[in-house]
Amino acid sequence: MSQLPNNFGFADPEQIADTTRELTYIAAISEALREEMRRDPNVFVMGEDIGGTFGGAFKVTKGFTDEFGEKRVLNMPMAELGFVGAATGMALMGLRPVIEMQFADFISTAFDSIVQFAATNHYRWGAAVPWVIRAPSDGGLRSGPFHSQNPEAWFVHTPGLKVVAPATPADAKGLLLAAIRDDNPVIYFESKPLYRSEKGYVPPGDYVVPIGQANLARTGNDLSIITYGAQVREALTAAEQLAVEDIDVEVLDLRTLKPLDTEAILTTARKTGKVLIVHSANRLVGVGAEVAAIISDQAFEWLDAPIRRLGGLDTPIPFSPPLEDAYRPNAAKIVQMAKELAAF
Amino acid sequence: MSNYSLTRDQKLEIYYWMRLTRTFDDIAVAYWKQGRGVGGMFSERGHEAISVGTGYALAPEDVVAPLHRDLGCYLLRGLTLRRVFSNLLGRATGTNAGRDANMHGSGDMSLNLVGFISHLPQTVPVALGVAMSFVYRNEPRVAMTYIGDGSTSAGLFHETLNMAAVFNAPLVLIVENNQYAYSTPLVQQMKIPDIATRAAGYGIPGNIVEGNDVEAVYAVTKEAVERARAGGGPTLIEAKTMRMMGHAIHDGAEYVPRELLAEWERKNPVILFEQQLLAQGLTDQEELDEIKHRCEIEVTDAIEYAEKAPLPDPATVEQGVYAE
Repeated sequence: MSQLPNNFGFADPEQIADTTRELTYIAAISEALREEMRRDPNVFVMGEDIGGTFGGAFKVTKGFTDEFGEKRVLNMPMAELGFVGAATGMALMGLRPVIEMQFADFISTAFDSIVQFAATNHYRWGAAVPWVIRAPSDGGLRSGPFHSQNPEAWFVHTPGLKVVAPATPADAKGLLLAAIRDDNPVIYFESKPLYRSEKGYVPPGDYVVPIGQANLARTGNDLSIITYGAQVREALTAAEQLAVEDIDVEVLDLRTLKPLDTEAILTTARKTGKVLIVHSANRLVGVGAEVAAIISDQAFEWLDAPIRRLGGLDTPIPFSPPLEDAYRPNAAKIVQMAKELAAF
Repeated sequence: MSNYSLTRDQKLEIYYWMRLTRTFDDIAVAYWKQGRGVGGMFSERGHEAISVGTGYALAPEDVVAPLHRDLGCYLLRGLTLRRVFSNLLGRATGTNAGRDANMHGSGDMSLNLVGFISHLPQTVPVALGVAMSFVYRNEPRVAMTYIGDGSTSAGLFHETLNMAAVFNAPLVLIVENNQYAYSTPLVQQMKIPDIATRAAGYGIPGNIVEGNDVEAVYAVTKEAVERARAGGGPTLIEAKTMRMMGHAIHDGAEYVPRELLAEWERKNPVILFEQQLLAQGLTDQEELDEIKHRCEIEVTDAIEYAEKAPLPDPATVEQGVYAE
């Protein structure tokens, strides 16, 4: 196996098989893609700037053209609406395109191709559309209104799509493999703030994290934080700080946003009786609103406090650090809100 | 166009499909005007030569995404009139079991048919993707789809033709220029007289054809299909015709000058082809009448079948959103 020109921390699974190996979140994504392309000739990647020696805006597909050739690493013209439509056609013919949306913010450009054609197709005339869109999302990186967004709620609201949002390197790999093998269109929201700062054990080789299963990231008894994506790390950090003050927090990482793991949501809500829902996306009509509705519908008698939600503000995402920090949830805001909830 | 000349049997087969399409349309339009239909329906009157002439140019292994005025193409792929009329009436035996309206979503991959959505020209990138799958797998197959004059104004038309050219995809795009996009005439849609000239902007061939002349439509399409199959890339074909009725059944199309319709009625593609066949000495009126009669029987059978067919069970409403 030749060494990649710049491996950005990517490990070759054939060289590293011990259980202590750690990968960054982004390396886990890249590894999943590379391994699945080796395994299944129907899997290929397409997107803007992903091919050649460049390998994508975040270098997830660096070296892929060398290994897989131009036919399976399709550099796309700047036309998201068109190339997502093309991916649908390729998927109808049994291929499994993995589309890199350069930033999740640009996914709106492809909206019709996603929500009108691909999402409705199986219901309308029974033909499956097994593509995945990888959508690099979330902020905190001082990238302004158009490189920081979390548009997952649009797609959770769309029948026919599945939506996932991994929070750890191991889930990033396992959920991407599950998404590629799923026969439905899946939007895979990867969190840019985790790309190179989040490291963790990633099993070598083939495994999937099943779509639709949440993960109890931390057990606790006083209150539940239900979250996903980059806010899982913020919630776990907050939980550490709260533990010092004897507030014992449970953290549920949803991992899949559609279909939601209703059982896991209800189990933690019934266990602690106090729920704080957190996501980076703006709070208004966000995924957290549905989670809150599920709990109030089906776990009302167990609640000891109102369900609280923490999300982005109802504004475009501002650029300047103090403005973005005011916009976006983080561990400090979670601690504050959790304390109020614990004292309720 | 003589490279792709048709035998007598082929011409009579084409005539049969055109006549079947027209007979179906005449009866369906009357059915809806009597208030017996469900929801809306789209007349394909005037489009027979395009839908049959283009569809006839494909090989069985090719894949096509026809639109709402392309009944002839669907039938050529093997979609039965029974399934079509069942779907018009929202029956469980319809092409998509009543999931999608009228001819929308009339896809069936076992017939190499892709169903369209209302957001035109959304089938164009999807057909491009089908064509790209043939390149991916080195298969000598072709994808074809259609759009109207109106949807050439959408950005997606440009995005897709540009990509088709870049990837040298085996895609044939038929523009059915029928003069009106709903109520909007061509002059309010674009400043050029010929949509096919846009092909030059993508570096691909663009052809114009008289859309009511089925032999001409077949020949130009067949040439494009075989060029694509041989690795020659995409082609844009503009077939000029006239939408002879409203946008959909509810639309009286009072905005269309009657003289314009009268002018195009003189070029009725089915009658035109009958005259050609007679002039070429390939058939006689008796044989044409026999074909007409056969078409009437088939359409009547489809309607009777659909009227007796079960409606979908409301308990199934949530089924099929996802592939399991």
